[in-house]
Amino acid sequence: MMLEVQDLSISFGARKVVDSVSFTLDAGEKLALVGESGSGKTVTALSTLRLFDAARLQGSIRFQGREVLAMRPNELQALRGNDIAVIFQEPMTALNPVMTVGAQIMEALQLHKGLGRAEARAQAIAALMRVEVAEPERRVDSYPHQLSGGQRQRAMIAMALACDPKLLIADEPTTALDVSIRHQILDLLERIRVERNLAVLMITHDLNLVRRFADRVAVMERGVLVEQGPMRQVMETPRHPYTLKLIDSLCAREVAEPQAGCVLEGRAVGVVYPVPRPGIRGWFSRGEFTAVSGASFTLAPGETLGVIGESGSGKTSLALALLDLTPASGEISVAGQAWSSLGRQQKRALRRQIQVVFQDPFSSLSPRLTIEQIVGEGLSIHEPDLTQAQRRARILSALDDVGLAEDGSAQALLGRYPHEFSGGQRQRIAIARALIVNPRIVILDEPTSSLDVTIQKQVLQLLAQLQRRHGLSYVLVTHDIDVVRAMAHRVLVMKDGRVVREGRVDQVLSDRLWDELGSASN
Amino acid sequence: MTERFVKKGGASARVARSGPPFDPHGLAGQSPANPSPWQRAWARFKGNRLGYRSLQLFLALTVLSLFAEVLSNDKPLLVRYSGHWYVPLVQTLPETTFGGDFPTPTDFLDPFIREQLAKPGNFALFPLNRYHHSTINYFSREPDPAPPSRQNWLGTDDRGRDLLARLLYGFRLSVLFAFAVTIVSTLFGVLYGAIQGYFAGWTDIAMERFVEIWGAMPTLYLLIIFSAFFAPSVGLLVALISIFGWLMIAAYVRAEFLKNRTLDYVRAAKALGQRNRVIIFRHILPNCLTPVITLVPFEMAGAIGALTSLDFLGLGVPEGTPSLGELLAQGKNNLDAWWISLATFTVLVFTLVLLILVGDALRDALDPRKEIAEDAP
Repeated sequence: MMLEVQDLSISFGARKVVDSVSFTLDAGEKLALVGESGSGKTVTALSTLRLFDAARLQGSIRFQGREVLAMRPNELQALRGNDIAVIFQEPMTALNPVMTVGAQIMEALQLHKGLGRAEARAQAIAALMRVEVAEPERRVDSYPHQLSGGQRQRAMIAMALACDPKLLIADEPTTALDVSIRHQILDLLERIRVERNLAVLMITHDLNLVRRFADRVAVMERGVLVEQGPMRQVMETPRHPYTLKLIDSLCAREVAEPQAGCVLEGRAVGVVYPVPRPGIRGWFSRGEFTAVSGASFTLAPGETLGVIGESGSGKTSLALALLDLTPASGEISVAGQAWSSLGRQQKRALRRQIQVVFQDPFSSLSPRLTIEQIVGEGLSIHEPDLTQAQRRARILSALDDVGLAEDGSAQALLGRYPHEFSGGQRQRIAIARALIVNPRIVILDEPTSSLDVTIQKQVLQLLAQLQRRHGLSYVLVTHDIDVVRAMAHRVLVMKDGRVVREGRVDQVLSDRLWDELGSASN
Repeated sequence: MTERFVKKGGASARVARSGPPFDPHGLAGQSPANPSPWQRAWARFKGNRLGYRSLQLFLALTVLSLFAEVLSNDKPLLVRYSGHWYVPLVQTLPETTFGGDFPTPTDFLDPFIREQLAKPGNFALFPLNRYHHSTINYFSREPDPAPPSRQNWLGTDDRGRDLLARLLYGFRLSVLFAFAVTIVSTLFGVLYGAIQGYFAGWTDIAMERFVEIWGAMPTLYLLIIFSAFFAPSVGLLVALISIFGWLMIAAYVRAEFLKNRTLDYVRAAKALGQRNRVIIFRHILPNCLTPVITLVPFEMAGAIGALTSLDFLGLGVPEGTPSLGELLAQGKNNLDAWWISLATFTVLVFTLVLLILVGDALRDALDPRKEIAEDAP
């Protein structure tokens, strides 16, 4: 065995974050450590290098027969980078912004292999070439911000592999990348693994990734390793209820067919942002950045329109344009009324027809207002004549509607502040705030992407339920194909501000959608 | 993250079941079940012993100094003379009331009057310190400035006025001045920064240019010029210091508004059709007050310093007004009268240190990282 972890417990101060975890990893093997955020998977993996100074480690970690927990500092240093290398989730922060990529790769080579400058540079170029970075001779002198996200992740892999490690720890290696690049990075990792017989310990919460990549899976829940085994066995016949819950959190389509009619229509919608021009010209004029151009679509009552695209494809700008929160050209009509034809008062009245739920439930609720104030706000604007008691009753029924009632009543929640709620609960509060004014359309801007997988499923189920109950129409903006598949009737695929595909979900979406679109090169 | 959510969820569920009566603002008990972010910050502030004690001491001294007329005055609080009760503190009594010869206001430090009041059946309740800040002690045994003695506990200044009384009244003036300047400049700065940051774009650019021009004004010269034009008064000084004191607060508030206006909770309020005024004051402002509140004690310390230095230069409050700066100037002019500089210096430093300790504790209590650490398990 290359790596043997036995009864490993990790505590920070009085708090035990990992409890008696045991697993092994053989040369050339791919183990995926799966769990939601906070399950202790990253701490477990990085502790094999003893990267946390404040952590108290108990148990045993043996790497090639040597006990890591008993190593002296200089032995540890030789282990890190040389035998075990790490690639992190966010290459922008994991790379030093003021050093060139080449210098960072060379640093490891000079440190561990004692190479001279010229030799290290040649090897750095070779390393970049191996990870398929175009023009490695030029890129070796680039700073991290001059590279694209995919190139940065490749550079980090090159850095990790420069000293021929035997074990690679990959901490969510694709999470920060655009969907279209994820597959490329995974393919690269796989190719390198085969070439070098590298063992890979992959930390992830993404079960699709696990399916594609891992030989074996270990599932962690709140610091405890609840199940491990061969990938196929765990994914197909999970034994532990938590694993079942995780796997079950993928796709579950429960949507009703839409009715006839049209509640929202966009014709040739365009959004343009002014951008500053460099130099003295920027004093007098501004450049233009076209975020959306020529998007046309309709939305029927009870229908969900998925808008899918990579970051920067213009999907959020489109959502803001639908809400009339950003200036847009073309025509957008809500319930037959075009925003552009309305005065201020009429716009205010129309706003109750179209509401929004945002991605990050932490920034979408004002931290210094109580739940009652947050949810009740729409009523004070659109139905100011309600009495105190009527208002309270409406707020309670809205909270009840989104499943927030405790012991049959949400009364106890009214006086609380957002920080007292979990991410999933906060997202429910945000949904209640949108629904209390009885809108016909709700824009969902990545409604689940900052939530844990098991919570994601609950929120999606809730949204589907509410749609059936109230006949709502949704515009679902997301980058996640699974979410669109579970929720949408029709879908728009956006790329570089244009709608590149459009149609029914089952016709448009396929697993290799991004590859087919010939997405941005690395 | 999950763990954190789960734990928080668990805690709130427990609270809900044990069921305190509904209380929308969490004000019912000493430790409310649902503390607002402000209440939590206040609890953290109280946890800082040094800062909390400093605040208590500063407020106590401020309240005491508000009663300076009762603590340090040349008139008795209460007099019984020939079977009548008098309250000289609020009455103006001619000397003839107490058997004197002239119908002028009574000087209670006059040995003759003292004798009259000491006669059996008569009675006078004097304040702790028997001098008003304007009282000149004509009966001092030493030449002015007189060193500390049993009559003048901290000595007198160069015009024979009691130093303790002048310090007490001077402290009060400084603190009230600081409150006034801070309130005026904070209100204006918050309003200015809020409008700038919320509307951004051209509004922001125009207002920012004005700030730059305004900030480049030579404050001291303007003060000198103004003091030549107008009769010096405390009100004028409050106005002058305030109109230059709001710049920093406006800058902080502007930055916070620029950040917050793009957050989703503001977008959600706009999508609901909320008015700009409500979004500014109800949604964004409470989230932008952290730097403002943190700055308040430092702003006050700055105002006290500004007033003191203007008085020291003779550009400040009108002649005769008790002020710490004027006393420092006297101390400089009378180096042998060490009690003047030493006592004034001590009061000034003590006040400023208290304010800075309070400010430091506030900054710690409102540190957003502490807020997050408290949420984490």
